[in-house]
Amino acid sequence: MVLNRALYLRRRLANITFIVLSVGAALFGLIWLTFILGGLLVDGVSALSPTLFTEITPPPGSKGGLANAIGGSILMSVIAVAVGTPVGLFAGTYLAEYARHGKLAFVVRFVNDILLSAPSIVIGLFIYELLVVRMGHFSGWAGAAALTVIVIPVVVRTTENMLLLVPNGLREAASALGAPQNFVIKSVTWKAARAGIITGVLLAVARISGETAPLLFTALGNSGWSWSPSAMNEPMASLPAVIYSFATGPYEDQHSLAWAGALLITATVLALSILARILENQKRT
Amino acid sequence: MTDISLQENSQSLADLSARVETARRAGAGDVRFRITALLAALLVLAIFGGVIASLLVGAMPAFKAFGFGFITTEAWSPTRERFGALAPIYGTLVTSLIAMVIAVPVGIGIAIFLTDLCPRPLRRPIGIAVELLAGIPSIIYGIWGFFVFAPWFQLHVQEPVANAVADIPVLGTLFGGVTFGIGTFTAGLILSIMILPFISAVTRDVLETVPSVLKEASYGLGATSWEVMWKVCLPFCQTGVVGGAMLALGRALGETMAVTFVIGNSHKIASSLFAPGTSISASIANEFTEATGDLYRSALIELGLLLFVITFIVLAAAQLMLMRLEKGKGK
Repeated sequence: MVLNRALYLRRRLANITFIVLSVGAALFGLIWLTFILGGLLVDGVSALSPTLFTEITPPPGSKGGLANAIGGSILMSVIAVAVGTPVGLFAGTYLAEYARHGKLAFVVRFVNDILLSAPSIVIGLFIYELLVVRMGHFSGWAGAAALTVIVIPVVVRTTENMLLLVPNGLREAASALGAPQNFVIKSVTWKAARAGIITGVLLAVARISGETAPLLFTALGNSGWSWSPSAMNEPMASLPAVIYSFATGPYEDQHSLAWAGALLITATVLALSILARILENQKRT
Repeated sequence: MTDISLQENSQSLADLSARVETARRAGAGDVRFRITALLAALLVLAIFGGVIASLLVGAMPAFKAFGFGFITTEAWSPTRERFGALAPIYGTLVTSLIAMVIAVPVGIGIAIFLTDLCPRPLRRPIGIAVELLAGIPSIIYGIWGFFVFAPWFQLHVQEPVANAVADIPVLGTLFGGVTFGIGTFTAGLILSIMILPFISAVTRDVLETVPSVLKEASYGLGATSWEVMWKVCLPFCQTGVVGGAMLALGRALGETMAVTFVIGNSHKIASSLFAPGTSISASIANEFTEATGDLYRSALIELGLLLFVITFIVLAAAQLMLMRLEKGKGK
């Protein structure tokens, strides 16, 4: 009887410890989140000003904004999404509609998932070797290419997942009416999976808007900005790269610009992920 | 009469050929569409092949100059053109190890909390909050770690710990010495926060696949929550949890900007974990654009190749494990 009570006590103690530790783990995660977002708000909000969007990055010791970096980031991201989305959409369609169980599909799926989590700095080295070395200089095109390579696997993965959720009955019904397969895909399955595919593209935009490593040796950076058509052919500033170089420098003015940039990026990324989540939920209900 | 019937006949013939033409065109469009999709899928393979090929080509000069000694020597001197990758490799492995030691138990703990212990109305908000940690870009962790966390960590954790363990044999070497705030341990700690959501998300997904009959049976036998979790649920989810942890490890190994900010960028293997070090990705990010000389640049690309090979092995293993899980689910 005594022994049993000891056993019971030990089990109860183990259980309480387990519950306390699990709650502690959740608190641990939440504390970091508030710690990071809090720090970002404190240092970022005080650095916000309208001139961020109107003036270009200043030389050390003077005031300025981030206009050229914001413009560069937007331009390169738009090109990356414009090129990467169709490629990812078609590749994802191939996996889900044409070759679901084929050997080639298995390999493509496997490689795509590796690319999805591969270190982005390696993508930067790849584009450096492929474009920068050949062109002989850093350029906005190279930066956009590096971002494209990051967009493609994200879109492939979500497109395939979303297309697989489309019930086969829809495809069969359309085929039975005599529609050719490409028509079935374009007008039936893509339409049915539209919200999910858009979610994937939003997630891809969120992913590349904070990417720094692959831009460092492709687009490099540029303290100026020209609206000429050849701007893409020159080194181009981007928000993350500016944050990196300003934050690691010794100047106080540049630090506060880096904080403002960090706040802008985080706000963009979080807004995009929340938007993606809302879209996803709308689809489910 | 004959005229009319002939006319009718030719009309239906024309109609038929028009239909055949439409069908043929639709067929051609179908083939074109299919080929476009195939080419897009092949492009994914081509990118992968291109990454490997370009890294191999770029790393060739350094490999010819140093051979396999590259990965076993520590010296890193751009001025004398001597390059050894031991310090970055050590830094990458140690920071990832620290990250895993912290993030695996905490991540599993969060998943358990969210599936079993959390009050229902709080489940979604807390789940979303933890996932937000995954959405914050790497560079934000970097700038925050460098300006906010490292000074705080130095003052409130590193210094007291370093003083307390100074005279204890093993701990004194691992955690002693002068503290800077930034360093290998700080990098590992920040990495652990970054990979936490990956582990908890995968664990949560697989915990939800545990049949409730299993849990109900165990509770019916009088098991405590802890016993149900430890002896029934977790063994059931083993493959998934390990796969998720490997996926997170793949991320930790390749993480660049956060580590670059806080690791200190010193090509020396220090005995203390609090001392500055470097990692493969941090070395590349920090030095590549300033690298003068082809051999220097090539050595950095060889570092990139090493990183790609290491992460490839880890990610491939994770993929295969999760795939096996996926197959089991279908049965």
